[in-house]
Amino acid sequence: MSNVSVDTNDSSVNDNQPQDNPRRRFLTVATSVVGAAGVVGVAVPFIGSWSPSERAKAAGADVQIDISKIQPGQMIRVIWRSKPVWVVRRTPELLASLAKHEDSLKDPNSEQEQQPAFAKNRYRSLKEEYLILVGICTHLGCSPQHLANGAFEEYVEGVDEGFFCPCHGSKFDMAGRVFDGVPAPLNLVVPPYQFVDDNTVIIGSEAEGAA
Amino acid sequence: MKKFVLVLTLLFSGLAGAAGGGIENDHIDIDLSDQASLQSGAKLFNNYCLGCHNMQYQRYERSFKDLGIPTELGQEYLQFTGEKVSDHIKSAIPAENAAKWFGAPPPDLTLVARVRGADWLYTYLRTFYADDSKTFGVNNKRFPDVGMPHVLQELQGTPRETYEQRMVDGEMKEVYVGIKTDGTGELSPEEYDEAMSDLVHYLVYVGEPGRLKLETTGKWVLAFIVILFIFVYLLKKEYWRDVH
Amino acid sequence: MFKNLLDWIEYRIPMMRVANMHAIQYPAPKNMNFWYIFGFLATIVLINQIVTGVWLTMNFVPSSEGAFASVEYIMRDVPYGDILRYMHSTGASAFFIVVYLHMFRGMMYGSYQKPRELLWLFGMFIYLALMAEAFMGYVLPWGQMSYWGAQVIVSLFSAIPIIGPDLVEWIQGDYVISGATLNRFFALHVIALPLVIVILVFLHIVALHEVGSNNPDGVEVKRKKGSLTEEQKTKFKMHEYYTSKYDIIDDVVPFFPHIVLKDLVAFAAFLFIFCYIMFFAPGMGGYFLEHPNFEIANPLKTPEHIFPVWYFTPFYAILKAVPDKLGGVIAMFAAIIALFLLPWIDRGKVKSWRYRCGFHRWNLLIFAAVFIFLGYLGGTPQENWKIIASRIGTIMYFGFFLLLFIYSRNENTKPVPERITK
Repeated sequence: MSNVSVDTNDSSVNDNQPQDNPRRRFLTVATSVVGAAGVVGVAVPFIGSWSPSERAKAAGADVQIDISKIQPGQMIRVIWRSKPVWVVRRTPELLASLAKHEDSLKDPNSEQEQQPAFAKNRYRSLKEEYLILVGICTHLGCSPQHLANGAFEEYVEGVDEGFFCPCHGSKFDMAGRVFDGVPAPLNLVVPPYQFVDDNTVIIGSEAEGAA
Repeated sequence: MKKFVLVLTLLFSGLAGAAGGGIENDHIDIDLSDQASLQSGAKLFNNYCLGCHNMQYQRYERSFKDLGIPTELGQEYLQFTGEKVSDHIKSAIPAENAAKWFGAPPPDLTLVARVRGADWLYTYLRTFYADDSKTFGVNNKRFPDVGMPHVLQELQGTPRETYEQRMVDGEMKEVYVGIKTDGTGELSPEEYDEAMSDLVHYLVYVGEPGRLKLETTGKWVLAFIVILFIFVYLLKKEYWRDVH
Repeated sequence: MFKNLLDWIEYRIPMMRVANMHAIQYPAPKNMNFWYIFGFLATIVLINQIVTGVWLTMNFVPSSEGAFASVEYIMRDVPYGDILRYMHSTGASAFFIVVYLHMFRGMMYGSYQKPRELLWLFGMFIYLALMAEAFMGYVLPWGQMSYWGAQVIVSLFSAIPIIGPDLVEWIQGDYVISGATLNRFFALHVIALPLVIVILVFLHIVALHEVGSNNPDGVEVKRKKGSLTEEQKTKFKMHEYYTSKYDIIDDVVPFFPHIVLKDLVAFAAFLFIFCYIMFFAPGMGGYFLEHPNFEIANPLKTPEHIFPVWYFTPFYAILKAVPDKLGGVIAMFAAIIALFLLPWIDRGKVKSWRYRCGFHRWNLLIFAAVFIFLGYLGGTPQENWKIIASRIGTIMYFGFFLLLFIYSRNENTKPVPERITK
């Protein structure tokens, strides 16, 4: 009553796959391919749902800040995408001093992609006067301290202002460039930003056409 | 214990639609791809309903995007509350004040279409009528003793119940035949119905903003499953040829 | 290389042995028909519920202030959130559909009879855990039905004499259903009960494979060792765990690929219906997602009509049918306990209804119809005739068990064939 034609010599793991015919082989492969496509399709919503939600996007939207009240030499902190962003109004003397310690920097010319293209210069900024940085150390994510008026000299001789990370001692100058001999591998990140007018900056996006 | 009794009493007493009032719902067909209707509905909602009612789970941005309204235009002509386009659609009136004025906080309307259904809303919006015995001077056929004014009166005009003399079982009787406006509104009765249809469209959309996308995805998924079925079925047939 | 790795593993943990024994070379009767797909489908739905549940937990806020809003957050703000939520909500109803059909299959073919009593009991415990799981899950969105449904179900315990009222407060963790209740239900729903269900499913399958699958003929395919000639034994290779103890008759197919493929065909068909509902009508007209549940829980306002979700409504009708609080609760639990006791209520020796008396067939069909009818009565607004109807239905529900107990003792059965008939 049974037409089973089992290859009884086959000693593979499963002996219940008889009759290896082309139709069977084709259907097995085709079904597996369709099934695999299905598994990929099912995975889409599960993987996709981990992307930032509309709430996160709303909270991480561009931040508009008024810089008219910042005095020369002063620094303010704003929050962008829940990260601290520093805005420093640098004095001409400070800007002039940036060239002096370039020997002791890891990446003085900002070769590494840590900034939008417009900030790939000595001052790492769009307008020399205003330094805008994401205030998170490139080592392990602590937020460095701003040390001014000679307080930084304790860490780097001859440089009287800079950023010092209390976690592991990384040091950065007033363009966010990292000094040699510290654990942080890269310069501080410059976020994308644009000037709407002289007093207003939008952090989070570059002006269209800005290269 | 008391609550249990109360709940069971409610169940046993067979309350046929406490807020029903007895009139039948008018049917409305909803076409969520009708963006013109949805836009008009959004405009009506934001101009008339948003004064008191929230849509606190929906963001302006989402409505603008799904309804094909450019962000700048939307913010200028449709967004009267909140600052950012990503803000939720919330009334400018704090809920506590509103609760004081109306006796109860005006309900959030994000999901009202999922609670009541489109037909109910369409009927409700078109069956306000003047009734001086009520606080707000109006009552509603679909929702008797409703605790809100007829905000759309400037569009509809003053609506009144109308009765006609009709023969019922061989007797002449006054029979309610519907609501008629006195014609003082900005819209004709047909235009008013159309506007309410738009408003209901928008409410249905907001109740489930992902509906259209789900249906598009769904068609592809079903098509895929048909293909999967064919292959699996053929493979099964192939293997079961061994067994008889 | 790959084989070496497999050997290395196999030496240390019996991976292939277990796979062969339970998923590949497991002898399954070849005549398992349409009714035999629902166990597989239930497993698939269980996996779906666990995975989508984990994903929903990532964004759900288990508090009375945040729960409702977080569900709308999932529906609107989380990418693919609506798909994940509908997979879970549709899955909940699908679970009960397949489980009810699975149970009915067991009753049709006598799959609870000796030696499968324990298998049936594990299944019933799964069903019980599933009901608790579904109930608590339904409370989580914190809509009006969540709240008032919880109110009614928890209040059932107040019918217990003496300790009832205190017990209700203890379950609620408050004087009313509150955030405290929501939080403990959340913990039970996402951790404790799924764990219990998974363990019970494991035991259910272990028990099944020990006694073997029943089939529409109710003919055992495992025969006494040495009772069959080589010609009568199956030509398929079955695991020696089975062949060393029994002679397996030539009416079986291996679980893989034959049964798996059959199940996959059923799975694809099921998936079509499931996805149709999920994408086009996830609320199922208010049966899978009840309309009032789109309104946030309001302890001061009971919805006009409150019903449990459809899968509880038969028992709810029985509860309402009895005009006494404690009596109603007892009747409702008795209705479930009666199912537990089915292996002992049915004293018949013939398994499948194919070979039992005609009266049994009618008794079972009417029982199924009464169950559905009670579900209708429990899930629609109360009317006077329905009170009478649900009382008659309740009597008929228990009548099934009583009649079965009586006639199964000396039943006039047909001869059971020696071999599976196709």
